[in-house]
Amino acid sequence: MEEKNDNIFEPRIIAFVCNWCTYAGADLTGTSRIKYSTNVEIVRFPCTGRIDFMLLLKAFAGGADGIIISGCHPNDCHYTSGNFHARRRWMVFRDMLDFMGIDIERIRWSWVSAAEGAKWADVVNDTVSKIREMGPYTEYKKAAKFLEEEKIIHE
Amino acid sequence: MSKIGVFICHCGENISATVDCERVAKSASEMEGVAFATDYKYMCSDPGQSLIKNAIREHHLDGVVVGSCSPRMHEPTFRRACSEAGLNPYLCEIANLREHVSWVHEKGEATTLKAIDIVKGVVEKVRRNKPLNAIEVPITKKALVIGGGIAGIQASLDIANCGQKVILIEKGPSIGGHMSQLSETFPTLDCSQCILTPRMVEVAQHPNITLYTYAELDKLDGFIGNFKATIRLKAKSVDYNKCTGCGLCTTKCPQKKIPSEFNEGLGLRTAIFTPFPQAVPNKPAIDKEHCNYYQKGKCKVCQKFCPTGAIEYDKPDEFITEDIGAVIVTTGFNVLKTDFFPEYGYGKYKDVITGLQFERLASASGPTLGEIRRPSDGQIPKKIVFISCCGSRDPAKGIPYCSKICCMYTAKHAMLYQHKVHDGESTIFYMDVRAGGKNYEEFVRRAVEEDHVNYVRGRVARVYEKNGKLIVKGVDTLLSAKPVEIEADMVVLATAGVANKGAEELAQKMHISYDPYHFFAEAHPKLKPVETNTAGIFLAGACQSPKDIPETVASASGAAVKAVSLLSQPTLVREPIIAVVNRCAPPMFSTCVGCFMCETICPYNAIEHEEIKDRRTGKVIKTVAKINPGLCQGCGTCVSFCRSKSIDIQGYTNEEMFAEVTALLNK
Amino acid sequence: MKLGFYPGCSLNGTAREYNESVKALAPVFGIELVEIDDWNCCGASAAHAVNRDLSLALPARTLALAEKQGFDEIVVPCAACFNRLAVAQYELNKDELLKKSVEKSIDMTFNNDIKILNVVQFIDKYIKDKIIEKISHKFEHQVACYYGCLLVRPHKIIGFDRVEDPTSLDELMQLIGATTIDWGFKTECCGASLSIARTDLVAKLSCNIVKDAADRGAEAIIVACPMCHSNLDMRRPQIDEYVGKKISTPVIYITQAIGLAVGITPEKLGLQRHFVKVNTL
Repeated sequence: MEEKNDNIFEPRIIAFVCNWCTYAGADLTGTSRIKYSTNVEIVRFPCTGRIDFMLLLKAFAGGADGIIISGCHPNDCHYTSGNFHARRRWMVFRDMLDFMGIDIERIRWSWVSAAEGAKWADVVNDTVSKIREMGPYTEYKKAAKFLEEEKIIHE
Repeated sequence: MSKIGVFICHCGENISATVDCERVAKSASEMEGVAFATDYKYMCSDPGQSLIKNAIREHHLDGVVVGSCSPRMHEPTFRRACSEAGLNPYLCEIANLREHVSWVHEKGEATTLKAIDIVKGVVEKVRRNKPLNAIEVPITKKALVIGGGIAGIQASLDIANCGQKVILIEKGPSIGGHMSQLSETFPTLDCSQCILTPRMVEVAQHPNITLYTYAELDKLDGFIGNFKATIRLKAKSVDYNKCTGCGLCTTKCPQKKIPSEFNEGLGLRTAIFTPFPQAVPNKPAIDKEHCNYYQKGKCKVCQKFCPTGAIEYDKPDEFITEDIGAVIVTTGFNVLKTDFFPEYGYGKYKDVITGLQFERLASASGPTLGEIRRPSDGQIPKKIVFISCCGSRDPAKGIPYCSKICCMYTAKHAMLYQHKVHDGESTIFYMDVRAGGKNYEEFVRRAVEEDHVNYVRGRVARVYEKNGKLIVKGVDTLLSAKPVEIEADMVVLATAGVANKGAEELAQKMHISYDPYHFFAEAHPKLKPVETNTAGIFLAGACQSPKDIPETVASASGAAVKAVSLLSQPTLVREPIIAVVNRCAPPMFSTCVGCFMCETICPYNAIEHEEIKDRRTGKVIKTVAKINPGLCQGCGTCVSFCRSKSIDIQGYTNEEMFAEVTALLNK
Repeated sequence: MKLGFYPGCSLNGTAREYNESVKALAPVFGIELVEIDDWNCCGASAAHAVNRDLSLALPARTLALAEKQGFDEIVVPCAACFNRLAVAQYELNKDELLKKSVEKSIDMTFNNDIKILNVVQFIDKYIKDKIIEKISHKFEHQVACYYGCLLVRPHKIIGFDRVEDPTSLDELMQLIGATTIDWGFKTECCGASLSIARTDLVAKLSCNIVKDAADRGAEAIIVACPMCHSNLDMRRPQIDEYVGKKISTPVIYITQAIGLAVGITPEKLGLQRHFVKVNTL
């Protein structure tokens, strides 16, 4: 865990983004030199449709305190419909996660286009400050640790 | 055991100003699987690339991670460098340390630690990357152009002149399209047919072009480079091998009062007809719906008089199949008729006509031989009112877009009228005048200044008839909304350009997208205006959106180049970032159960059915999914959909992505 | 068959003959029109020009009363009242909060699902099919059907007939044997409530309508709105003055025309109340 001051908790957030819109939008944030928090690390996918939602659980299990999923605006998907499928899948998955007791407030879904550099910075900063307030996701870590120790899941 | 090389670029100072590049390289060298790590000022430069190539050779690297600017910038550069050093390019990945780290964070410990994390994530992914080879798909060297207007004609000629074979199909009996109906074209006032007919003849005579008129696309199967088109050749009732085009039959046909489509209903034709004298091919066809023989079983006069015995009744439509490599859709557009407008008479008033009907009046080969005359009584109108934006730019009528060409052709019509009727008075009611092309603004100014056309800015609320005159009630907004009432002899409506009837069905046959107005959808409105989302099918002309002749010709040539660039390659080479369905040993053959959920969501129809058969008996054991490497674009939606995890996408496999995510979080 | 009836202010005042003709026609076809008890003014153009809440509350009160008095459908002959009631119903259905606030103003709650019929819809639904068999005197005249501005607009709310070139009155007149002329003034403005403030404008606008109808050989103008009738009929002297000659084309309500065709006497239909004599028919 990375800590600036001893007492301030710095969340670790993974962002799953699509190559054509949000990744490019994040590039634009960089080109525009807009600053945002260091807590978010981006993983590139060809399309939000590719994002297997088990990856989200893997991220939590690995120690992530929050997750961002971001892709092209509806109707703008580079592959025409990948983001629609991702969104539909997310609607179902979200309810299931909630039912299972996972804190879905820690997962942020956004649409960021290749032209919205400033928006990406806002999404990052918003999510970081929200997760910082919510604190570390200790419940999931405890559960993951328990499952590993009990050899119920094998790494 | 992997041997990955990690190369951290300073990018001058762009990265090194905030990220401690040496430290990142040092951390990388301690990561599992990394055999070599270094940093350098400009990795993308020649010496930088040499650094990578030498390292690959010296250390026998089996993977490369470059910590640099965005992969959207230099991934191809570094992949090429690896390729030149003998390493499969898909074993090289980029860690984005500039746009995503150094440019967005302040200098500090957190920034450098993040850079190290990101490099670690990519290293873990590359450890699981597999070498991939570009895919080669065979190509049929023939193009199909659908629609024989100026766009189709231009595209066919361009492709044929590149030495490639073309099939041009046109649903009417002649090619030429709307351009053949025009009298003169703006801004030069060239005679439309004079510039068009030489091209029409060229198409008919070109050795590389096969022309099928009175033909429609019945089915299109297959994929890029390998289409199979089924074409319906409608029965013309005339054997073109025997017909000499003498035209005697058209003079003898007793059905003389059929409204001529070519003359937009202002003239008449016979049941056996050629649409216009310069038709290509200049041979007639029988319109079964109006022919006495086909409707009532009587007549057969044309057959009696034909000197070569070319008339053949009751032949069925013929179907032919052709193998095609590329398709260009040039089916054009249409304009609304006057019956669409309740405020302008619902089509009741004979002297309220469309711009296209006015073209026919002005045309020397038209129903009035080029004289502007009222359709009701044949008198020459002394006062004409032109109304722009009829239907266009009107969300209440369901047509919010601008039809682009009307301001120009309305100015042209007014000018032609003034040239032909010297004491005539023309008024144009407009909202804006859109004259953006080359010499277009000057053309409109000529209408105003030299030909004294009255431009009144305002809409027309109503047109109704009284005592043989048309009362036009409009407004002049530039004179503070003063109502203007004109007693006109003729009213010409610049009606909206709309998609052809049948456009939706055609698009669905070819699996191309279309917008809510049934214009075909381009792949990208700015950068891919002549391509569709379906690989191998291109668009040109007004079927994509209303456009004038120069734009149509330009887009047709553009689409032709796209087609030729496809056809002129020996094989089609594509990036191997595609989905793959697993195969394994019998008796499983594949974990795929054949549910074909993937097929329902693939936007590119890239999922095919493969029957796994018993080798000896030929019996089908199971039907599983198979990805067509020619069509798959690599979005990966099917991967997340598959319930049995039988599909994975090369370059972003589950193994690679899980490893990357886990690595980012573990210290 | 019992239907609710909302006369509105005009039918009890300047449009008494409209009231009389509707009330005379209904029983011939077995309809009993029951006036809504304690109805109030719909607000017409005055209310909605001044205060939105008032313009919705006034018609809402009438609708609520009608609902409470057990009517499923109400007949509203005046086109302005009809338009205001229909618009109020539409607006309140769209906006839950607005409906609640209006319910507070009128001190009543209601479902807002009562069916509102204008006179043409009423005739279409309950009379049209039976007209042929009841005709005793065919109305063999050439007529101009004038719809005015409120009967078929806005289409989004009224959802009835065509906006620019309506045909419902024409069809009814043809059913009773009339020939309808084709003219361009079916929905042109007559001057409306400027009748008092700017009678000169009403003269001009209404003149356009009446003169065109007369020029095309119309023997009568058929209307379905008291305002239309008032401007085309009562203001005829001003129209004649504007155009410089006397135009004697009478203006009658659709209910009066049908009433004549099925044999009701002119007196029962109130034809004697018109300013322009109707004896030519």
